[in-house]
Amino acid sequence: MNWKRFLRRAGYWLDRGGRARLLWEEMEFHIDSMVEDLVSQGISEAEARKLARRKFGNMTEKAEEARSTWIARWMGDLVQDLRQAFRGMRRDAGFAVFTILIAGLGIGASSTIFSVVNALLVRPLPFRDPGRLVWISNGDDGTAAQTEQFVDLRELNRSFTDLAGWSGFYFPGDHELTGAAEPERLTSVPVTGNLFAVLGVQPAIGRTFTREECQGKYSAPPAMLLSNNFWRLHFGADPNVVGRKLILDEHPVTIAGVMPATFDFASVFAPATPVDIFIPWPLDDKTKPLGNTMKVVGRLKPGATIEGAQAEMAALGKQLKSQHPERNPITPILSPLAERVSGRVTPALVVLACAVGVVMLLVCANLSNLQLARLSVRQKETALRTALGAGRWRLLRQMLTESVALCSCGAVLGLVLALVSTRALAHLQTFNLPLLASVRVDGKTLVFTLFAAVASGVLFGLLPALRVSAQSLSGELQDASRGSSGGRRHGWVRDGLVVSELALACVLLVGAGLLARSFLRVLDVNLGFAPERAAALRVDPSFRIADFAEQNGFIDDLLRRARNAPGILAAGITDALPLRDDRSWMVAARGQIYEKGRQPEAYVRVVSDGYFQAAGIPLRLGRGFTERDRATSERVVVVNETMARTLWPGQDPVGKTIETDGGRRVVGVVADVRHSSLESAGGLEMYLPMRQTGDYAAMQLVVRTALPPDRLAAELRTALRPADPNLPVREFQTFQALVDRAVSPRLFLVVLLAGFATFALALASLGIYAVISFSVSQRAQEIGIRMALGASSAEVQGRIVLRTLGLAALGLALGMAAARILSGALGSLLFGVTSGDAVTFVAMGALLTVVAAFAGYIPAWRASRIDPMTALRSNG
Amino acid sequence: MGTEKTKADLLPGTLDMLVLKILLRGHLHGYAIAHLIHQLSDDLLRVEEGSLYPALQRLELNGWIEGEWGLSANNRRARFYKLTAGGRKHLAEESARYRQVTGAVARIMGFAV
Repeated sequence: MNWKRFLRRAGYWLDRGGRARLLWEEMEFHIDSMVEDLVSQGISEAEARKLARRKFGNMTEKAEEARSTWIARWMGDLVQDLRQAFRGMRRDAGFAVFTILIAGLGIGASSTIFSVVNALLVRPLPFRDPGRLVWISNGDDGTAAQTEQFVDLRELNRSFTDLAGWSGFYFPGDHELTGAAEPERLTSVPVTGNLFAVLGVQPAIGRTFTREECQGKYSAPPAMLLSNNFWRLHFGADPNVVGRKLILDEHPVTIAGVMPATFDFASVFAPATPVDIFIPWPLDDKTKPLGNTMKVVGRLKPGATIEGAQAEMAALGKQLKSQHPERNPITPILSPLAERVSGRVTPALVVLACAVGVVMLLVCANLSNLQLARLSVRQKETALRTALGAGRWRLLRQMLTESVALCSCGAVLGLVLALVSTRALAHLQTFNLPLLASVRVDGKTLVFTLFAAVASGVLFGLLPALRVSAQSLSGELQDASRGSSGGRRHGWVRDGLVVSELALACVLLVGAGLLARSFLRVLDVNLGFAPERAAALRVDPSFRIADFAEQNGFIDDLLRRARNAPGILAAGITDALPLRDDRSWMVAARGQIYEKGRQPEAYVRVVSDGYFQAAGIPLRLGRGFTERDRATSERVVVVNETMARTLWPGQDPVGKTIETDGGRRVVGVVADVRHSSLESAGGLEMYLPMRQTGDYAAMQLVVRTALPPDRLAAELRTALRPADPNLPVREFQTFQALVDRAVSPRLFLVVLLAGFATFALALASLGIYAVISFSVSQRAQEIGIRMALGASSAEVQGRIVLRTLGLAALGLALGMAAARILSGALGSLLFGVTSGDAVTFVAMGALLTVVAAFAGYIPAWRASRIDPMTALRSNG
Repeated sequence: MGTEKTKADLLPGTLDMLVLKILLRGHLHGYAIAHLIHQLSDDLLRVEEGSLYPALQRLELNGWIEGEWGLSANNRRARFYKLTAGGRKHLAEESARYRQVTGAVARIMGFAV
């Protein structure tokens, strides 16, 4: 029965035009019949018609009521309102285009930021049941753990279904792959065999590592898994690669499988360092690395809490410390994996989200203002509608329908913008931000965009709509009377809107200013090295080095050839690049006893002669390394200033000896290098001569060039070729790129925020311009009279500019106060400036005042050219 | 308008029932239905005649009556309505319910024996 009714209703709805006509005809027949009857009773035709109509009631109302049985009445009204809205848009195309553009930009920005927040903070990590995954760091600075400690923790704990780990010490280009095409340097991550099971990820093709494959040698993995990206780029997404045998570092290796595209290890755990392959990490192999090299995750058992697990792991750490004093201590600190991955960027994202919210408020205030101006021009139309009996509620609804319709059109534009910008963001591979690659417009973004459209439409339409529906007919007529200066209350609302626009813009400008200044301060930091014109090239020999003689012969040959290449000013070799690679050892000055747990720790770099010159690290005392610092000569070391100060306070460090690495004599002191981040000082550093040690994992040739480094890459490769014909030279890493990567999260924030602030400034100045020019046009007659009575054009201009500046001053005062309160929340994002930085506040205040004055001056200038006669004659 | 109390306002919901009852007499157009309601109630029930049309649309939508175009006595196109089987059933139910309600009201008011 019900579905029959529904079908019938749908039928009526489809044929609503025809049905409405027939209904009307039916009702007319009724009235005519009544008239006929009355006439036959002897009443005049005209009188009869009047009587019949009264008896019948309001025909239109009845017809509408009848129609409402076909379709809910509000829908019919909606269609009518929409039609009217679009008719209005056509009639006032300029306003419509402007509104759609502004709303589109605002909604586009909001949806983009929403997508970023959604990808980085809201959307669960791309693993199975990611809420149960826990990051286990060693100590609170995120250090890795020793494998033995990992094995014991995994064995002893009761809170986790399993623990897994991967090496925190893999570097771009660690391994050389041959057998496919050209020799290729790969980035590979050693992982425990169960990592994929713990994360809950299956290979797209093939299988994960078998137990046997996880028991081989660390240096010769028997199998590997390809990352999806590497598979597509180097194997053309060929599904038959699984099972193929290739050569990895001169050992046979089988391709076990290909990971799915959704498993983007790099973007979750190591943004901006793409990973090519995964290799098994044999836990009981004696050749595996000895230090704190393993990063650990765990999957909590159902019912286990992170607090409980933390307590258990802390106790286990203490127990292991007393059982195995020979190992590095372990202090497990647990945090949810999601927090670890994106916690670092949360403050920046919160700032961006708030900023975009402020932009949306500005957009709404601006459109509200325009709409109010437009409505006072359309006074007659609304007055007429009211006179014709449009109810207050009906009028309000019609106005809101119009603004929501406009914002929805804007949302379409905004969605296009969001699609384009999320695409661009997802491809920012060099940006050190987690999960950036997964930023996209998804269902949630669509819902958000829809919400933004409706909310902004209601927000910007509400004030004008309330005003229109509240105004009385007589008031309207009075207001429009000749010669008056426009309704007082009217002006009040619009001035309030402009003041709040200025205040909002001021908050954004100050925020963006503070962060931009922080950014400049960061760029200004003394890095301790000179990134311009320096670049690194991975040059590990393709053959196995047998002894020091062979190693040093290779180094000599390589450096000679590099230095002779055209355009090379200096060349040296290092095992670790600043701002990228790090490892640290405990150090001790000879003759010094340190309290347990207080022994200093220094970052270690193994470098050849020429490295300090090539990287631009200034020498402070003594000498750098030379070719004569070889395996056979005295064991020496170069330390940085902080290390010299820490180990030998107030003494000359040159000639002193450290106990570390079999005892080394200090021959020189170099400047501190910022190697972990630009914002933080580097701590203790020491440099070992490469010709005296084999304890390094990579050989990076660092060159300083006369020309931009990238232009020399090809020539340098050719020059090096004779030293090792199979030299697989893939990446040519400029030092500037290292710095850029380190500042990329800050750059990301600053660029977006500066964009928002500029948009806000434009909106606020538009708002001022609109209000002032409107008040000028409303007061054209008054101005005309003043000028006729002898006011000079300068006086007229002065009055108007003064009014503009009054508004600006009020907005600035409010905005500055709000900015001062809110800037405290920027906290950790600021660097080298305080949250109350006077320079920023004054500069932004001045900028806003100048822009406001300019926006107000244009209508003022126009007003001063009003011809008094024309103004007085016109009918206002 | 609200002060004119000489004629009784129709109880809400009863107009549909009255229309169905009238249509027991055969095919009728709107004017005839209105006319009959006035006549049969001795002009006591006050129905704004226009209200008949929303009611007719409602009844038709529910499938209780069916309308078709025909010619009136004075040879004009008019829409004639007839009761459907569903309509008869609905009328029976409605009148039973109505009797119950008015009976109860009458007992409370002390009109009934």
